[in-house]
Amino acid sequence: MGTQPLSGASIADVETAWSELRTIVGPEHIRTARMEDVVDGVVPQMVIEPGNAEEIARVLKTATGAGLHVIPRGGASKMGWGNPPRGGELMVSTRRLNRVVEHAWGDMTATVEAGCTFKQLQQTLAGHGQRLALDPLWPDRATIGGILATNDSGSLRTRFGSLRDLIIGITLALPDGTLAKSGGKVVKNVAGYDLPKLATGSSGTLGIITQAIFRLHPVPPESRSLSFCVPDSGAMNALLLAVLDSTLVPTGLQVRAGSSSLPEVDVRFEGTTAGCEAQIEQTLRIASGARRVEPAADVWDARAALWGGGETFVVCKFSLLPADLGIFRDQVSAVSERLHCSWRLVAQAAGVGLLHLEGTDAAAFLNPLHELREKLESRGGSLVVLRCPLEVKRKIDVWGSGGDALQLMRNIKAQFDPTGVLNPGRFVGGI
Amino acid sequence: MLETRILDEFSAIVGRGLITEPSQLHTYECDGLTNFRVMPQAVLLPTSTEEVQAIVRICHREKIPFVARGSGTGLSGGALPAEKGIVISLARMNRIIEVDLPNARVVVEPGVINADVTQRVAPHGYFYAPDPSSQSVCSIGGNVAENSGGAHCLKYGFTTTHVLALEVVLPDGSLVHLGSRAVDRPGYDLPGIFVGSEGTLGIATKVVLRVVKKPQVIQTLLAAFNSTNEAGAAVSAIIGAGMLPAAIEMMDNLAIQAAEASVHAGYPDCGGLLLVELDGPAAEVEHLMKQVSELSTQCGAWEIRVAQSEAERAIVWKGRKAAFAAMGRISPSYIVQDGVIPRTALPKVLSEIERMSSAAGLRVANVFHAGDGNLHPLVLYDRRIPGQEERAFELSVNILRLCVQCGGSITGEHGVGEEKKMMMSEMFAEPDLETMQLVRCAFDPQHLSNPDKVFPRTRLCAERTGPYQPHPLEVAGVAQFF
Repeated sequence: MGTQPLSGASIADVETAWSELRTIVGPEHIRTARMEDVVDGVVPQMVIEPGNAEEIARVLKTATGAGLHVIPRGGASKMGWGNPPRGGELMVSTRRLNRVVEHAWGDMTATVEAGCTFKQLQQTLAGHGQRLALDPLWPDRATIGGILATNDSGSLRTRFGSLRDLIIGITLALPDGTLAKSGGKVVKNVAGYDLPKLATGSSGTLGIITQAIFRLHPVPPESRSLSFCVPDSGAMNALLLAVLDSTLVPTGLQVRAGSSSLPEVDVRFEGTTAGCEAQIEQTLRIASGARRVEPAADVWDARAALWGGGETFVVCKFSLLPADLGIFRDQVSAVSERLHCSWRLVAQAAGVGLLHLEGTDAAAFLNPLHELREKLESRGGSLVVLRCPLEVKRKIDVWGSGGDALQLMRNIKAQFDPTGVLNPGRFVGGI
Repeated sequence: MLETRILDEFSAIVGRGLITEPSQLHTYECDGLTNFRVMPQAVLLPTSTEEVQAIVRICHREKIPFVARGSGTGLSGGALPAEKGIVISLARMNRIIEVDLPNARVVVEPGVINADVTQRVAPHGYFYAPDPSSQSVCSIGGNVAENSGGAHCLKYGFTTTHVLALEVVLPDGSLVHLGSRAVDRPGYDLPGIFVGSEGTLGIATKVVLRVVKKPQVIQTLLAAFNSTNEAGAAVSAIIGAGMLPAAIEMMDNLAIQAAEASVHAGYPDCGGLLLVELDGPAAEVEHLMKQVSELSTQCGAWEIRVAQSEAERAIVWKGRKAAFAAMGRISPSYIVQDGVIPRTALPKVLSEIERMSSAAGLRVANVFHAGDGNLHPLVLYDRRIPGQEERAFELSVNILRLCVQCGGSITGEHGVGEEKKMMMSEMFAEPDLETMQLVRCAFDPQHLSNPDKVFPRTRLCAERTGPYQPHPLEVAGVAQFF
């Protein structure tokens, strides 16, 4: 593999840039890349670990000036998400930006640096009985910046929404070295454009998130879960919709299904003991036709369990209308039968979930993925491939259609990152 | 005046929905903020997306600035016409297109009135959560532009929380679909950036909303305190106990007097009135309401009433929602402000407002969404007394400065618009504002859609080199970088 930067910068420019970068962060915080730094076959030359937001901004400015492409990295738990990058000589790690800057517990907000792990943040917040109402994958490794860039969310979404509903402020370092703040420390704020939302889920293509501010929720005094086993997709979807159409307020409502088991529906209530008990009673009435089963202790971590398996497995994120979940399960089942592969899925009531397909022949996944994606997209949904063998990834756009707003997205990218420095090619439509 | 050929083109698109008569144009020269007025060149009332597109294409070709307008209830001058521009009123695009209850989605045109969405789904036990005080007249399109909140956004979120997708006519006349009916559409969160952009990024012609199931029970508690400080302490105690009420509102004595004079809500005459609404499962609400009541008493509440029936609740809320308009009962003129502070700064900010108010010799009534720190100080004055209007304006600006100094915001739900654009520099540094305007340049490089709003200075959208394009040899697989 060659190591030439892409946009016409000379070797001398690049040599100067490396030396500048060393000066910015200190020689102990820049190193040659190793095998574990490879992203989808792309080998960076250097990994740099700036110590603060200003250093990140200066690093970006230098990289841009020298035509170096930049791959941002937090806890490296989701580096495979996205299309293979078109370049990435420099990997910028946020590892050293790992502080909870402020927990304003009286105001129920927290300011946190991008490289702080989710677990560390939650532990700090728990000191005052609060939490960020989110349950992302791999909380002990995943960082706030990475969770934001990939817009990861779990079962708490049912009640508290996703990151876009929890983030209230952001600081972004842009490729030209600008450090820009947007939003603020108050939950209610409509001053200026909502860049925290724009950055959420942008896969590090617009800027590097250096800091974020979140609204918080109290840790509930009580949490109770119920699981039900249902005979088929119809019953599964009916139960889910019945709970949604009731006056129940679950903080978790998910379905689990797979090729080797009957579908199950999980419900979680949080709050006062009296409130939980009354809601459990009401749920049992609604689900009277379903068989109640004891929920496993890790039932709300079921998403994480989809990431294991043999060498040849695929994990996709899908989104759909909640009422289409039963149909989708049947479609997955039909496609998998043809393919002789096994499958498992976990979906949240908001209409978003993960699908795991496992087989022996990687190439055989392509057509079924396209077929499932087509069906979802025709009903307003989507299918994004999060994990697959590299040979499959090279043959599929992991994101699917960008729709008629793709040009607008390209315009936004061109404004924030005119020379395509950040994560080139990783995002929707080759952005 | 626009050239006849252009007016003819407009007329061919909207027929009788073209207004050029000066007497009729007066209606459109301002919105709910009446101290800024600009006469538009013409007002157009399209009835379909295609008509909006046709109008905007002409504006783009002729470089005519345009301002979209809903019901004109905005309080920051967001719908103030642009100089030499036209107004596109969406009032005739007012159909509820689709109601999909299993998925809790409602598709509407932008001119649909906020309260009509709830009215439509209420028989099935659903409601549309964002509830600005003007909800009986304001439009969804206007709510989208301003990212409107309301009393219940403490628990339920803002307009942006409830908009899943939009059909938008961009400032060059092209039509795009932002977001989707299902959540998490791959790509940038375009609905997230469009909602709250105050009409500067284009015109929404369809909006997919999320509606919410009505809670099992709703209870509203009224608590009377001797002072707003005591009431504020109760708010902190309630939040500190780990509760998330549906709404917490506070009014000071002046605001109570005005509301009483106007709608006779039966509020106790006190120094600080707290209105706490809890909703959810009956067992939960009952338990928590007892706690709210106890905490209020501990903080000095000397009268507590709980409204249980729909009718009782309606009266309680009527007083609160009429509070702005009610100021007319106690003062000939007033300025409404919309600052936000971290909730814990409340006692400090209120006493500082009191000090500033007496120094300026003007009365300030306080009505606020106390749960989320959104203050609506109402500066009362008399326009007929020379110098008072200027002093009132200065006082209201100084109150916003105070909010920013305390780590807050210059606007919680009314928008920046024309009124507060100069205040943006007090809240954000130049690089922050420049970065926000990159978005503007991506959507509207010619600055035709509601120009000169929101930002103190307009960024020039220079031509930028495009993003990296792969080399043809790379595409052909002949050569490979890296």
